[in-house]
Formats: sequence, structure tokens, C-alpha cells
Amino acid sequence: MGELKLMKGNEALAEAAIRAGVDGYFGYPITPQSEVIEYLMAEKPHDRTGMVVLQAESEVAAINMLYGAGATGKKAMTSSSSPGISLMQEGLSYLAGAEIPCVVANIVRGGPGLGDIQPAQSDYFQSVKGGGHGDYRLPVLAPASVQEMSDFVPLSFDLAFKYRTPVLIVSDGLIGQMMEKVELFDTMPRLTDEEVTARYPWGTNGKPKGGERRIMTSLDLDPHKLEKHNFHLQDKYRTLEEDEVKYELIDCDDADYVIVAYGSSSRIAQKSIQLARKEGIKVGLLRPITLWPFPKKQINALIKQGVKGFLSVEMSAGQMVEDILLTVGDRTKVAHFGRYGGVIHSPEEVLEALKQKIIGG
Amino acid sequence: MTEEIIIAGFGGQGVLSMGKILAYSGIMQDQEVSWMPSYGPEMRGGTANVTVIVSDERISSPTLTCYDTAIILNQQSMDKFESTVKPGGVLIYDPNGITHFPTRTDITIYTIEGAKLAADMGNTKIFNMVVLGAYLKVKPIVQLENVIKGLKKSLPERYHKLIPLNEDAITMGMKNVVTS
Amino acid sequence: MSDIHTLSVQDIIKPENLVYEKTKLMTDKTLSYCPGCGHGTAHRLMMEAIEELGKENDTIGVAPVGCSVLAYEFMNVDMQEAAHGRAPAVATGIKRVWPNKLVFTYQGDGDLAAIGTGETIHACNRGEQIVMVFINNGIYGMTGGQMAPTTLPEMKTSTSPYGRDVNMMGNPLKMTELIAQLPGTHYVTRQAVHTPAAARKTKRAFKKAFQNQIDGKPGVSFVEVVSNCNSGWKMTPIDSNKWMEENMFPFYELGDIKVDGKLIEK
Repeated sequence: MGELKLMKGNEALAEAAIRAGVDGYFGYPITPQSEVIEYLMAEKPHDRTGMVVLQAESEVAAINMLYGAGATGKKAMTSSSSPGISLMQEGLSYLAGAEIPCVVANIVRGGPGLGDIQPAQSDYFQSVKGGGHGDYRLPVLAPASVQEMSDFVPLSFDLAFKYRTPVLIVSDGLIGQMMEKVELFDTMPRLTDEEVTARYPWGTNGKPKGGERRIMTSLDLDPHKLEKHNFHLQDKYRTLEEDEVKYELIDCDDADYVIVAYGSSSRIAQKSIQLARKEGIKVGLLRPITLWPFPKKQINALIKQGVKGFLSVEMSAGQMVEDILLTVGDRTKVAHFGRYGGVIHSPEEVLEALKQKIIGG
Repeated sequence: MTEEIIIAGFGGQGVLSMGKILAYSGIMQDQEVSWMPSYGPEMRGGTANVTVIVSDERISSPTLTCYDTAIILNQQSMDKFESTVKPGGVLIYDPNGITHFPTRTDITIYTIEGAKLAADMGNTKIFNMVVLGAYLKVKPIVQLENVIKGLKKSLPERYHKLIPLNEDAITMGMKNVVTS
Repeated sequence: MSDIHTLSVQDIIKPENLVYEKTKLMTDKTLSYCPGCGHGTAHRLMMEAIEELGKENDTIGVAPVGCSVLAYEFMNVDMQEAAHGRAPAVATGIKRVWPNKLVFTYQGDGDLAAIGTGETIHACNRGEQIVMVFINNGIYGMTGGQMAPTTLPEMKTSTSPYGRDVNMMGNPLKMTELIAQLPGTHYVTRQAVHTPAAARKTKRAFKKAFQNQIDGKPGVSFVEVVSNCNSGWKMTPIDSNKWMEENMFPFYELGDIKVDGKLIEK
């Protein structure tokens, strides 16, 4: 068993970055995720593993530092919160286009605009539909506990390098600020320069002796070549949809109704399910762990199983519900319940919404 | 066993660290714990509160609307949280600074003169440990030895010399909590 | 009759008759720059410097957005293409995780002194151990001759068709003098490539800049090249060089501004 600690989600994410063998973290403070860079600076990761930590002058600079470091085959990471993630969208588009692996964590807060600093899930569209310009998708992992804030860091890097893509960790102020018990995984050593060069021949880290130079770019002025590159990207996204969907089912075996919720909302919904079952209402929970690719097949399986309605519970005005609707169509009832602007729904009001919108509606 | 607690008072009273020590104590005896603070501008000189859950099972929602126990350390928190205690639950408060006393009859109400006792002991910083002692007397959800272990885990090494003082404060709280 | 008239093509290409060789760190790809433009010369001088320093396999370059967006097609070393203005941040990311490699940026005036001002100043202020090359031709060439932050007062461009009115459009920005003030810059110089003599000086500047990085000298080595844009300026190449000498050089004075971390007294 690994080391047990009581940590904030943000601290667990930072500690996991050190332990996962990240080479460079580049970030800019913003509430409610500043603990990430504060923790990293205090921990002196350069002494522990050789990891570099740099406070950039802006989120725009930070994401481009990831581009530089990631394009050489090194593990690069940043984190921010909603307004900062908006500033990074240009960079994410370039990273996706140039196929540069890296990990970006968004500790979501209320919006739009400057919004507030309380937890929200209103960056779902931005996370799963592209966010920046051009045809691209990013794998999106949504932790629902402090433990997952730690575990999803190495998981994200595995995906990032397997598919040569940026990976988003989408959490929120609640998971970021909350403390829970976390079992820390053992430190994985950083790859040496030689290992990076051998393992990632695409890395622009100095032209190989006697070999060809490498170019890392998202530019191709020939539309036919660029279309071909897009075909390649789309193939990659289809493979991700086929192979990398992750989800959790709770109490779904006998469920008449299913709440679909991720991250913080899924935690609150678990309580709602307990309350419902005390009243004899058979409710289950489908928790998407990958927001993209979305667990469509699982929703189909639940319909086949006889589920009579889905309630999407989100701290947003209704974003994930669109993906549920795309999957369900008119086969069964789908509704959304959400609080937004940084307001967290209570377990009781979720249950009430289920009764009103799905069971009675 | 699942115990859902709200601890609320002024920033600087040690509300968050009391919750943290309680959570760490739970970990020391293999329980699941969560600690969810209020955060943001309201913390700066204003009220601070934290929801702590200690359970034998996986914890669902870390934020709640009603609690088994409310530990209340100022008037604003009394106004806000008295009504959130579940029927049959517990409310513990320090009467220091309270002008409108709790009135509910479907819960058990205790008082602890935390501020006064800490001052008598010569260190107002151990106020929160006195209150923690009062709580543990009423709800012994974690054993004292695990609280000490939790303190060791949550305090930096340089503060370990203060652990005996904290232990005294907890004992003081245990001895002096009274039903109101 | 001199021998030269008797030399056949076969004689000319004999190795012993070699008088000049293109550096192998330039690819054979035809340059996309307008005939008469200084970019090609600047590329070649940089690549010669890197080759002569023996750093072909240890160099990572960052290309900008602008006329030199395709610099990576011509520079035969590992290259990354940055988003507009972000090259210094990209280079920071590279250098921080590969501290022993040579890292350079190559940017125009729009990239370095307008959209990327923040990245430029902060990379210089942090003292990143990189080489920054700044091609200043006072205009946006790639997009068709719009006003740049470096456009001279009264100079006509497609977005200042009656001349740059400094009261309305602001003053030209001397980015190089600005960053020279920062403690994070080690070597700051302004050169040109329009004559053989100027090109030789510029090559020495590039070599010095890269040598600083090899030697681990603290901070940025920054080389500005004042260059022409005959297309954007709507002149013949020769006229554009003359105009540059008469108008650009008095405002953007050539020479070293900071050497070994010390500002040059004028």
C-alpha cells in the first residue's frame, strides 16, 4: 500500500505530477487552483526528481511553454481555472494540430467571463467539443475524488503519449479545495534524455547524427495535405472512442432511472441515490470518467436493460445533457438538472428534480 | 458509522485546522474522510466553515445541507447553521460572543467555554483543541491516541513539541463540556 | 588571354576550384522570400554560425508567424513552429527541459514586438539562456504591407495609407533598446545584412550570441537585423536598401547596445 495522506485535490494533483516523472510544469496562479503551483514550488521537485517548475507571465505563455517542452518528447504539464483555460485555447489547438503530448488540468469555476471562484462544470462544451479553432478533440478525464486527482495524472500522460495528444483533466473548485484520504503511488523516475530520444523519435530535441531533422508544426499550406493530416487526426479520435472510454456504474443493476453525473456532481448524486432508495425509488448512477470519448455504448446498454429515464446532473445550464440526448434520441426520457454560477446543488434538490422531471414528468 | 459535521466560526479561530486534525484522526483508524472548506474572499477576516465527514463507507457528497453535528463559534455561524442540525443531532457552541442563544428543542445542545479555558491555560491558540476535546467527549468517533497520531501527521516537525499542550487542551475540553 | 575563359563547367565544379559553399544547414528548398529580401541572408548567416560551432545536432529552433513562418523549411536543424508571438515562451519550454541544447527563436517585428511583446519582455527579463533573432523591416510583409509597431513616423503602409500619424497610431517601438535595459539580457546588438560588410558583421554577432549560450552566459543574447521589405515598401531591392540606409538606420542605429551584460555608453 502506498503512502496515505490527507490532501487537497490540488495538492494531490501537484504531488502526482512529481511522482509521475513530469519534466516540466509551467503555470500561472488563479483561484481555485493556485495550490498546485504553490505546492510544487514549496516541494522543490528539482531536488526530488529533476522536474522543472516555472511560473509563467500568463496562461498564454504557459501553454506555449508546454508546446516547446512537449514537442521535444518531455512530459509537460500545466493547470489553471476556467478564465485561464480560455486563454490557453489557442495553444491547445496548436498542440492538437502538431500532435504534441501534454497534460492540462482545469479546476473549473463559475462563468461566463470573470465569473466567480466557486465550483462549476460549465466548461464542458469547451473541453469536449474542441475549445480552440479547427477540427480536433481532446481526451478529457474527470476526477471525482482527491484520489483520482492523483491517479489521473499518470493515466493522462499514458494517453497523451500513446495518442500524441494533449489530455485535459477537468475537475472543479470543490474537488480542488476538498481534502480527502489519498494513497500516493510510488515515484516513477523521469526518463533520461537518452531514453526520451530513443522512445520518441519524433521529438525535436536536436537532429540525430546522420539522420533527418524533425519539424513540429501545425501548418500545412497545401489544403490536400492538410486534409490528409485531418483524416489522420480523425482516425486517431475514432480509435480513442473505440478503446479509451472510461466510466463507473453505481447501483445500476436494478435501476429504473439513471442519473448521469461526473466529478463533483457525481458525488452529490450518490447521496441523492441513497436518499431515493430509502424511499423505494430504484435509481442508479452512470459516472462518465472520460467526458470525451463519451460512454455512449453504456447508455445504450442501460436503455436495453430497461432504464426508463436519464437525468443529467451538472453544475451548468445543461451541457453534457446534449451528449446524452444525441445518444438516447427519443428512445426514452432525458432531462437536465443543474445549478450554476458556482452554486452547488444539494442531494435533496437533485432527488426532487428526478421526481419532477423524470419520474413524474 | 457516518458522522457529518459542520465547524463554523471566524477566520483565525482554527476552524479549518480543527477539521483537518479530525479528518487525519479518522485516517489513522482506517476510516474514509472528507474535509470541504468554504473558500474565497469570504475567508479573509470573515466567517470560515468546513464540512468534515468521517465514515466507515465510501463518502458520497462532500457538501451537505444538514449535519449530525454543528460546532459553532460565532453568532453569524449560529444564525446560519442552527437550523441545519438534523433532528436528534448535536450542537456544540462557545457562548463567548453569542448574543442569540440556540432555541431548538429537538437536538442536544452543549456549551464549551473554549475561549475562556484557552486563555486560562495561557495560550489562546489552543482554543480549537479545547473545542475539539468537547466534541470528542460528546461524540467519541475517534480515539484520543489517533487524534495525537493525526496531530503528528498534520503538524510540521518543528511544532511537534507543542503536541503535549494540545493534548492537555483536548482533555480540558473533554472535562468542561456541559449540556446547556 | 586569361585562363578563366578556358575553364569549362566541368572545371568549375572541381573541388579545388571551390570558392564558396552553401552551408549544409540550409536545405535545398527554394526560399519563399521575395527576391531582394534580407531574410534569406539572415537565415544563411545563422545556419553558418551554428555549423561552424559544430552544433548541428544540438540545436532546436523556433519559427514565428510572419514572412518567416516557413523558416523551418529552410533551416536544416530540428525546428518547431510557434503560434503568433509565442516563440520566446516555446523556446523557454524547450530550454528549461533541455538546458544543454542550443535554442533560438527567429521572429519578425509583428511577432516579436506586437502580438508577442509580453513573451519577449518576460523571456528577456527571466534571463532565459536562448538566442533571439529579430528581423525588423518596419512593416507586415506576409499579410501585404500593413503597419508594424516598428513602422517609422510618416511611413506609408496599407493601414497607414497617408503615413503613420504618431498622434493617432502611436510611435515606432524600439524593442531592442527596451529589452537591453533588462538585467536578463546578456548581449544585445543591432545589425544589417544588405551589404557584404554588414553581413559579415551580422555573422559575427550570431556566432557571439550562440557562443554565449554554449558558454552558459546568463541571459538572452538578442540580435536585431534591420532589413528591407522591397515588396511591402513598393520599391526595387536596390532602392529599398538605399531607403533603409537613409531612413531606417538613423532611427534604428546599428551597433552593439549591450555586451557581456553591460550597456554600451554612447
